[in-house]
Amino acid sequence: MPNKKNYTNGLPDPSELKEEILKKYPRKVAKKRAKAMIVNDPSEGQEIMANVRTIPGIITQRGCTYAGCKGVVLGPTRDIINITHGPIGCGFYSWLTRRNQTKPAEGEDNYMPYAFSTDMQDENIVFGGEQKLKTAIREAFEIFKPSAISIFSTCPVGLIGDDVHAVAREMKAELGINIFGFSCEGYRGVSQSAGHHIANNGIFKHVVGNTDRERTGKFQVNLMGEYNIGGDAFEIERIFEECGITLLSTYSGNSTVESFAYSHTADLNMVMCHRSINYIAEMMEEKYGVPWIKVNFIGAESTAKSLRKLADYFGDDELKAKVEEVIEREMAKVKKVAEEVKPKVEGKLAMMFVGGSRAHHYQDLFKELGIRTVSAGYEFAHRDDYEGREVIPNIKIDADTRNIEDLEVTKDEEHFRDDLVTKKAKLEKEGYTFKDYQGMMPEMSKNALVVDDVNHWETEKLIEFYKPDIFCAGIKEKYVVQKYGVPLKQLHSYDYGGPYAAFGGAVNFYKEMERMLATNIWKLVDAPWKHEPEIVGSISIEA
Amino acid sequence: MRKIAIYGKGGIGKSTTTQNTVAGLVEAGKNVKVVGCDPKADSTRLLLGGLAQKTVLDTLREEGEDVELEDIVKVGYGGVRCVESGGPEPGVGCAGRGIITSINLLEQLGAWDESFKIDYTFYDVLGDVVCGGFAMPIREGKAQEIYIVVSGEMMAMYAANNICKGVKKYAQAGGVRLGGLICNSRKVDNEREMIEELAKRLGTKMIHFVPRDNMVQRAEINRKTVIEYDPSHNQADEYRALAKAIDENDKFVIPEPLEIEELEKLLIDFGIAS
Repeated sequence: MPNKKNYTNGLPDPSELKEEILKKYPRKVAKKRAKAMIVNDPSEGQEIMANVRTIPGIITQRGCTYAGCKGVVLGPTRDIINITHGPIGCGFYSWLTRRNQTKPAEGEDNYMPYAFSTDMQDENIVFGGEQKLKTAIREAFEIFKPSAISIFSTCPVGLIGDDVHAVAREMKAELGINIFGFSCEGYRGVSQSAGHHIANNGIFKHVVGNTDRERTGKFQVNLMGEYNIGGDAFEIERIFEECGITLLSTYSGNSTVESFAYSHTADLNMVMCHRSINYIAEMMEEKYGVPWIKVNFIGAESTAKSLRKLADYFGDDELKAKVEEVIEREMAKVKKVAEEVKPKVEGKLAMMFVGGSRAHHYQDLFKELGIRTVSAGYEFAHRDDYEGREVIPNIKIDADTRNIEDLEVTKDEEHFRDDLVTKKAKLEKEGYTFKDYQGMMPEMSKNALVVDDVNHWETEKLIEFYKPDIFCAGIKEKYVVQKYGVPLKQLHSYDYGGPYAAFGGAVNFYKEMERMLATNIWKLVDAPWKHEPEIVGSISIEA
Repeated sequence: MRKIAIYGKGGIGKSTTTQNTVAGLVEAGKNVKVVGCDPKADSTRLLLGGLAQKTVLDTLREEGEDVELEDIVKVGYGGVRCVESGGPEPGVGCAGRGIITSINLLEQLGAWDESFKIDYTFYDVLGDVVCGGFAMPIREGKAQEIYIVVSGEMMAMYAANNICKGVKKYAQAGGVRLGGLICNSRKVDNEREMIEELAKRLGTKMIHFVPRDNMVQRAEINRKTVIEYDPSHNQADEYRALAKAIDENDKFVIPEPLEIEELEKLLIDFGIAS
């Protein structure tokens, strides 16, 4: 690794780097990629191109629509049998690769350790797979007697026209349990983001509001867009429980469809990953009047801020006092570790290209250690995740977006919470903000390079230019990046670590950064003879 | 061995024409194989004296991996080796993929082994070339000659022109060529002249004009080709003539499909519109 640059006086203008990256592309590609690479200036509202098709031939980080629907949103839910209708690979490789954890109560159902697939063969493609799907549903029902089954369509299902929704209706009538399907064929959208939307629609249509529940707590909330990777949700749940906050349902880490069904009885929705779950939060507000706020439990400071915001919403003094007590106690523990670790890692540089919110949230954690984020971007986010929700009305609706159903939601007169609507209006007058996601870019430094849907070519150039100390992405990037002598932390699966959420998570993350950054091992990646040839000789020819 | 694929609009009489022509070739001493590529599996009915054939895909479904050539090839009239690809019920699955699967399987099983001494293979393909699967028989290494069955009806000519687009695409990439148009008469005015002109414009020729005759239906209801059912009938001679024309054909071209306006003008010029 060449010598590091000193960025204590601000980040350098990366415009030249951008030009150099673009120079390699054909003209049309360069034109398109230029719009997806923004030299950040938080003082002005810049526009980034996001959620558009990846140019064929580019090595993208993105996944497919099926992965977003099955793998991300419904995969972490334990009491539903998620059947992949398709060839075996789709089911197998989307099976818990994100390390979503779950904790069923004694005797409760947990189907997450199983991978269910119809294992389509050539014959099922030719003759249609509906019969095999029905057989699979009956078999799964016979063996497990679940309360719900869902069906996920893979690419060939859409091509041959198997009607998974008709099969779901028929099986629902036959077996008497909740069964529903998703048309989430891999090619349906530009990325996994389309799958999140399809999953949101399906859960809202087929599950939310199915059952009611008597109040069990004074402060009932849902946590949305938290997938319990490496046990994140457990740590957040611990804090909630101590504060006396009743968590009705989490979408969808450590969760059940049973809890989705009565989640509309909450007083507030908290949205973590805005990209993957804002649709349900929006629809729930329209139909039931439950407002939502944006929270972030990644980073100790962010956690404290989110908890205070939550307590302010309920406005209950006892709750506020409890929250402060918990924050004070937990922060003391966090600070102790931060003080130990910070001197060893302060001033280091980080880059992160992941998800639809993680590339933003993790910057907070890094900030707490004095680590600077020089470049970041999302894999599948939309413009609002970069620039803030206020740009939503200006986002161009293209054909790829139209390809996804936009649910018509109407007010549920019986369950609508007029009291919450009144509460919201009152709080807003006092300056409290709802659905207030400002996006990633306003919070990043001037001259940080923001790149949407980064590819391998760009990754390599970014590493050469910034010489970061740590790179955050996923398994597809991990080893390429590490060959440059830069450690890579996976933020999809957390490698083998976690939880990194809330206070306990922050402590874990600090220690992980110490382990990864306060070491010389990465300087030894190059073979020694690359720099110091061991054998030196000369030859001469005598005539 | 010559490998021939017969295309044409649905209901135009591809299967009937193919089987009757094959009967003519058999009579002339040729060793012929017929591969039906229609999910309805009715391409070899007249040669086999009924729909007794078990299709490749059905066999594959029931037997799994263990399929023998004898299970799917049935010998019919005059020693014709008959195969039906088969396929799903209408409205389900993917018939195109079915054709790909079954032709691949036939090749793997050695259906074209030299020991069979096959002179001709006929692929009888369903209606239009709707997807890649239905173009399978004209891909590289499969059929080299295409004959399109057509009549003087507008939609039949329209379909023929469309099929030529498909043939052109594969011709440029591989060796497939158009051998000619077979006019299966619907007794449209000026039919012969019009199809001859269409053939000319496409850069090919009308290889034979098969007149309309009820004898074809009569033979068909008796599950026989005309040549087998009534060898002395005029219509039998027509099929013999068609078989001979194909056997002697040496004009194989890459077709030049017409623009739709040009095709419509052809119909007007030949008096259909008036």
